Formats: sequence, C-alpha cells, structure tokens
Amino acid sequence: MIFTIAGKELKTLFASPLAWVVLTIMQLIVGYAFLRRLDDFLQLQPQLARLAAAPGITDLVAGPIFGTAAAVLLFAVPVLAMRLIAEERRNQTMVLLMSAPVSMTEIVLGKFAGLVAFLGCIVALTALMPLSLAGAARLDYGMLAGLVAGLVLLTAAFAAVSLFVSCLTVHPVVAAIGAFATLLVMVLAGEAAGDGLRARGWTVAASLTQVVSPIKSFEPFGKGLLDTYAAACLILLTALFLALAIRQLDAQRVRG
Amino acid sequence: MHTTSTDLAQPLVAMPEPEAASTISARGLTRSFGNHIAVNGINLELRRGEVLGFLGPNGAGKTTTMHMLTGNLAPSRGEIRICGIDLLEDPSAAKARIGYLPEVPPLYRELTVNEYLLLASRLHRVPRARRGEAVATVRQRCGLADVGGKLIGTLSKGYQQRVGIAQAIVHSPDVVVLDEPTVGLDPNQIRDIRALIRELGGAHSVILSTHILPEVEAVCDRVQIMHHGELVYSDTIAALKQFESGATLLVGLRRPPPADELAALPGVAAVDAVEPTRFRVQFAVGKDPTDALVKAAAARDWGLYQLNPAQTSLEDVFVHLTRREDGA
Repeated sequence: MIFTIAGKELKTLFASPLAWVVLTIMQLIVGYAFLRRLDDFLQLQPQLARLAAAPGITDLVAGPIFGTAAAVLLFAVPVLAMRLIAEERRNQTMVLLMSAPVSMTEIVLGKFAGLVAFLGCIVALTALMPLSLAGAARLDYGMLAGLVAGLVLLTAAFAAVSLFVSCLTVHPVVAAIGAFATLLVMVLAGEAAGDGLRARGWTVAASLTQVVSPIKSFEPFGKGLLDTYAAACLILLTALFLALAIRQLDAQRVRG
Repeated sequence: MHTTSTDLAQPLVAMPEPEAASTISARGLTRSFGNHIAVNGINLELRRGEVLGFLGPNGAGKTTTMHMLTGNLAPSRGEIRICGIDLLEDPSAAKARIGYLPEVPPLYRELTVNEYLLLASRLHRVPRARRGEAVATVRQRCGLADVGGKLIGTLSKGYQQRVGIAQAIVHSPDVVVLDEPTVGLDPNQIRDIRALIRELGGAHSVILSTHILPEVEAVCDRVQIMHHGELVYSDTIAALKQFESGATLLVGLRRPPPADELAALPGVAAVDAVEPTRFRVQFAVGKDPTDALVKAAAARDWGLYQLNPAQTSLEDVFVHLTRREDGA
C-alpha cells in the first residue's frame, strides 16, 4: 500500500511542470558550480602536485558541489513537499485516500517514500557530474558513496520536516514558505545553540543540538568522514517529523 | 401541526430491527465542532439492496454525517457498523466495504481515467489479478468505455462525475455513499446518473444525499430528512405520500355550494378553496368521502367536472418539516 501511494506521488509529480522546473534549475546551478570548481582545480593542479598529501579531485570538486546541491535543496524540498498534503486537501482529493482502507501511517510513509524517490533522482544527477570525470582522473569512490548517502539522508530529513508542515495548512504556498522557514530556523538556531554551548564547555549538550541542525550533520560527509553520530541525527530527525505528521493527520480526523 | 417532529421521528427511527442484512447501522451519531453541534444523535439503518435518500436543507449536517459514515471524520459520540464491522475499531476492514463519492469528486486531473481507476482499485485492495477486469467493468457500467486514455482534467463535468462514481464502485463495495451526485449536470446527464444509481441499488446499498426532491422520489426506496443536525423524518417513499394530512382530494365544481356544505359531508375533515370552482378536500385515513361526494354532487347539481386524489409531494413534507423547526 505504501508503494501504491509512493507510485502515485511520483506519477503525479512527473505529470506536473513543477518537477521538471526543479530538476532543470538544480541541474543549471549544480552544473555551473561543477564547472567553476573544475576550472579552479585545473588552475591549482601544478601547485597541488608539489604537496605531499594533496587533496584529490573528489575533495575539491565533488565535496563542494554536493554542498551546493544541499543548499539548493533547502529551497526546493519545501516547494515539492507542499503538494503532498496541503494541495491534496485544498483540491479535496485527500478524501480518496481517507475513505480507502489505508492507515494514516501508510499515507504518510507512502507520500514520504514518493518524495524521497524523486529527490533520489536529483542526488543521482548530482553524482553523475563528478562521475563524468571517471575516465580522466582517479576518483575516490568511497568518499563519493559517502557524499551520496549523506545527501540522501539530508534530503530525507528536509522532506520529513516539509511533509509535517504540509499537514498543518490547506494552503500549498503557506506550506512551502512555512517549511522553508522551519528548516532555516532549525539550521541557524541549531548552529548558534551548538556554538554557544560549546563555548561554555558543555560539549554533550552542544552535540545534542546537532539533531535539529541537519546541515551540520551533513558536513562530516562532505569531508569524506563516515560519522555515525551525524547519520543517526539525520535519521532521528526524519523519524521524529514523520511521527508528528502521522499524529497531526490523525488529530485532524478527530478535530475536523 | 398536531405532533412535534420528535414525536414523529422517534417510533420511525426505532423501527428498523437490527437485521443481519443491514449494511450500515449507525447509533447515536453525534458530532460537534467546538460549541456547535453539527449532527445530534442520528440513528441510521440501511438494508442490503436499498436506496436511501438523505435529504435536508444546506447546512443540515448531511455532509458531516456522510464524512463520519465513510471514516473521514471521527464522531464525537456514537457507533457505526458497516456490515457488522465496527468502523472505529477496525477501520481498514470496514472501509474496504464502502465506496464514497464526496460532494467534490476526489479526482487527480493529471492522471488518465484508466490510471486513476487502477489507482482507486489498488487503494481499495482489489487483488492484482482482478484489477484489469474490475476497471474494465466499471468503465462499461459508468459509460466511460471511450475515454479510458483521456486525462481527467480535460473531461467535461458530467464525465468527471461519472469517473467519481466509477471510483466509488470499482471494488464492488457493499455500501455506496453518494453526496449530491447530480449537482451541476445537464438534464440528460442527470437522467443517466439516476439510471445508474437505480441500477446500483440492485446489488449494493446506496445512500444518496441531495436537496433535489424529485430525484429522491425518482430513485429512492426510503427517505430520511435531516434538519439542524437531527433526523426529523424517516420512512418509505410510499408512506410519505400519506404523510400527516392523511389524504387529499382535488374537486372541481362548476356550480359550487358554500364551503360549509362540502365540509358537512361525511368523512371530510377540511375544505380549502383553491380557486372559486376548485377545492382541496382533506379527509382522515380510511374515511374516503369520494362516494358521498359524487352522490351529493349529482343530487344537488353542483356540476362536478374534476375529482382526483392529490398526493402529498415530498416537497410539501420537506418544507413543512424544515420550516416548522425554524418557526419554533
């Protein structure tokens, strides 16, 4: 049942111009960043050759463009997620799912899975850019795999937060702006709180703030580290907001 | 006039015995939004193969009731059983037996008719092997055979409404709930949809909400009228025609006597002059004054030219029940 709903989400997403616009813009921005980084790398190459433990092309090109992709997705995911619940309720199509023998959990997980599958396409397209250098340079495939995994986890967290905000309103645009604001506040406040607490020497509390600061959890992946704490933070954040979304939908059935 | 609505509704509502054949049984259904009570203690019983007309002015609580019956809204109080399965305890099993067409059909405009009906059949857990057949059958039944490959967004309102009905019956549910299915259609389309609803009544039970009264008289076996969140009337269409006034005769006399003389005839309860030469004669049930009237008219040379029973129309009952509440 989750796959049925996820499949429906993917199909309606690709039937709308929104998906193609987002994919195009992503490709333009990430492609531009990729070419700039590649250009910089080629100019730096003679100097890098003289260093003993020089950073490779994966560190200098792939890492930054995944960072760029993460920043753009911070805007793109709320726009894609606004359709999930808010637009369905506005178009009164939610009734089809609510009258069917499908639980709220299946609805939320199905919609989440559909969105993450679409975001997976964006991550795959991003990964293709550094992979296009495979014939000309030696890539660090371990680091690349880490970057892909990190970006997938990060977009899943963005998607879960946006899905929850989409449950709160019937206005798609309000849902998109609200989700973007929520993500931005989480990133900024998490960062500020973490720095403040660390300055006072409260390291445990500081590292706990990482849970609500998804971008911070993505940073280790960009440095080629496989940080299980960061991965756990992202998964925890995703699970938390999915649970909140299910609760919210259930409450709406009771509250009307 | 003589009885209050609750006196009237109570015995009628209590009447349906909890039979095994009832597909929907709702007891004491109540729903409030804050301080506003939208639906207050509704009892509802639907038997297999029956078409129930659900009437009421706008804002009477019809849609709220239907939302509760289909599991879209949790009731504040009361219980709902679908074919004996408690909707609140086992929603999945109960919902699998209902098909629902809400007021606004839940259509995805960007899908084709086939894609959409296939999605509906999957959501309603039609086994994979039977899905193709189920979609083909339902397209046939709803007159959608030619438009399978078209996008729903490009279809006319009438076709969209049919897709909405097709979605509600694709899994052959025991109960079909239709909320104002003919609103916004042209007369030909209304005729088609009504024929379809009557056909549905054979195999499924149907609840049909509407405020178009002839529709109920044309299609339904039984009628329930809601007003201000309460059930004020529930009976068969046949019984409705005898409602309250007992029965009425329309009498046309070329040389009418004074109304008192007519009223003095045995069995006549009241006389009402519609026009100078036409009268509405009311009588109590079982005391038909037709014979006495004809004899008197012949003997006293009143020039009888018209004599026919005037049936109480649903509209009379409806207006009577829903206006009286407002006046009270």
